[in-house]
Amino acid sequence: MSNFARLFTYPNQAQFKVAFANNIEIFLVTFTIQTTLALIISYSIYRMKRGQRFVQVITFLPVILSLVVVAFMWKMFLDPLFGPVNTFFNKIGHENWAKPWLGDMKMALPVLILIGIWKSVGFSTIVFLAGLNGINEDYLEAARIDGATELQIFYKIMFPLLAPAFTIISILVFIGSFESFELPYVIGGVTGQPGGSTTTLALLFYRLAFGTIDAGVSDIGLSSAVGVILFVFVGIGAAAGAIFLQRREVTL
Amino acid sequence: MKKIEFSFILKIILIFNVFSVLIPSLFLINSSFRKSGEILSNPLAVSGSLDFSNFVTVFESGNFKIYVFNSFVVTLFAEIIIVIFGLLAGYALAKFKFKLNKFIYLIFLSGLLIPAKLALVPLFIQLKNMNLLDSRLGLILVYSAGALPAAVFIFTGFIKTLPSDLDNAARIDGASEIQIFMKIMVPLIMPVTSIVGIYTAIPIWNDFLLPLVFIRDTSKMTIMQGLTVFFGEHANDWGALFAGLTLAALPLVFLYMILSKQFIRGLTNGAVKG
Repeated sequence: MSNFARLFTYPNQAQFKVAFANNIEIFLVTFTIQTTLALIISYSIYRMKRGQRFVQVITFLPVILSLVVVAFMWKMFLDPLFGPVNTFFNKIGHENWAKPWLGDMKMALPVLILIGIWKSVGFSTIVFLAGLNGINEDYLEAARIDGATELQIFYKIMFPLLAPAFTIISILVFIGSFESFELPYVIGGVTGQPGGSTTTLALLFYRLAFGTIDAGVSDIGLSSAVGVILFVFVGIGAAAGAIFLQRREVTL
Repeated sequence: MKKIEFSFILKIILIFNVFSVLIPSLFLINSSFRKSGEILSNPLAVSGSLDFSNFVTVFESGNFKIYVFNSFVVTLFAEIIIVIFGLLAGYALAKFKFKLNKFIYLIFLSGLLIPAKLALVPLFIQLKNMNLLDSRLGLILVYSAGALPAAVFIFTGFIKTLPSDLDNAARIDGASEIQIFMKIMVPLIMPVTSIVGIYTAIPIWNDFLLPLVFIRDTSKMTIMQGLTVFFGEHANDWGALFAGLTLAALPLVFLYMILSKQFIRGLTNGAVKG
């Protein structure tokens, strides 16, 4: 237990707090933006008459890429001096849009979250699309005959029927957000640069056990305390979420 | 009139979506064919010709080809273990009634719940005691053990849906258990084998954390871990960096282009029913 006591005293407590807060932010922002985008994109694909296959294949492409490749790629694209993104903004005359993206303490984490969404939105999209394709056409046809608009049909019929897909995506995003490691490791290094603003619990866990091993210091006890808290939190959170979300699923 | 406008908006969304994936990807490929000096002075230009010098640099300098080779070896051997053991265990659990059947199945299922990431420290200590740190065999064993529960789960679920009449008929005709398995079951199970293979192989090829912890010797590193070393060595050679990233992503992207249907089914397996 002394490891837990040490974790909640200075200076470890400060590190833990920052990492935990970052994980919460990653989860909330990813969940909101990714789910919304995935719903819109999957609905758009669902309504397509031709070329569905092609759009699905492209949408899913970033999902198969390694997080390490994605992180390095965007790190180079967002380079403040030589990166194509800033060069583009300078070229079109919006010099003030060019930012130090991943070098700024306030901006690094949100940008990192957006990179994560770029990689994984395709997954949520395909899961929603499978849900949409599983909806019986008769319900939609009946609503159309009754004069419902397409938006009404989406909100009143499709969205409630997507609840099972919604449950799975929520839980996967929750687990993924709290185990976030590769993106912050590649982008901010093992100490979560700039200034610890991109530290996550998984990174803290790794840093305490192995990150300083070359320097001969390794605090397995403290690291395991972080690991246990993370595991229990993710386990309870995912289970509670699953029960709560499953209760609101409708059955026909 | 209103309906046309609505579908028009949906089309714009999709075009935006497709471009947001394609532009960064094509940009990455494009840059890997350009000289570093050109990239730094004008990042946005399109490569006029196919200049493979960056790829030559990547393969001639450092350990890049060793990283790729290691990743192939680790992924391939882990897959062989996962598919053979997963298939045999799944077949036994699905088709034969014996005393500990339920119990063994539950043990496999509980393996699905424990994330390998959090077992890092005990795994590290165990591998150290077994002298398997800094070894490809160590990685292969950990990956196989980590993926087996999922493989057993998928195989068992699928084999349970196959009608027992098939193997019973063969049994009556006097076929041996091995013949039944090889001649009747294996061909039927083939389609789900590709799902298991894709579902378990992609995370292994893309994995970064386990090699990061278990491997320190650069000659044993896998590609994703090797990339971090490579980026340190070539920090200023942007052409080579882009080429390295392209090469690291290439094997999976190439397979994805051919087998996109199986990839999508395989990776969303579990999240999508049916």
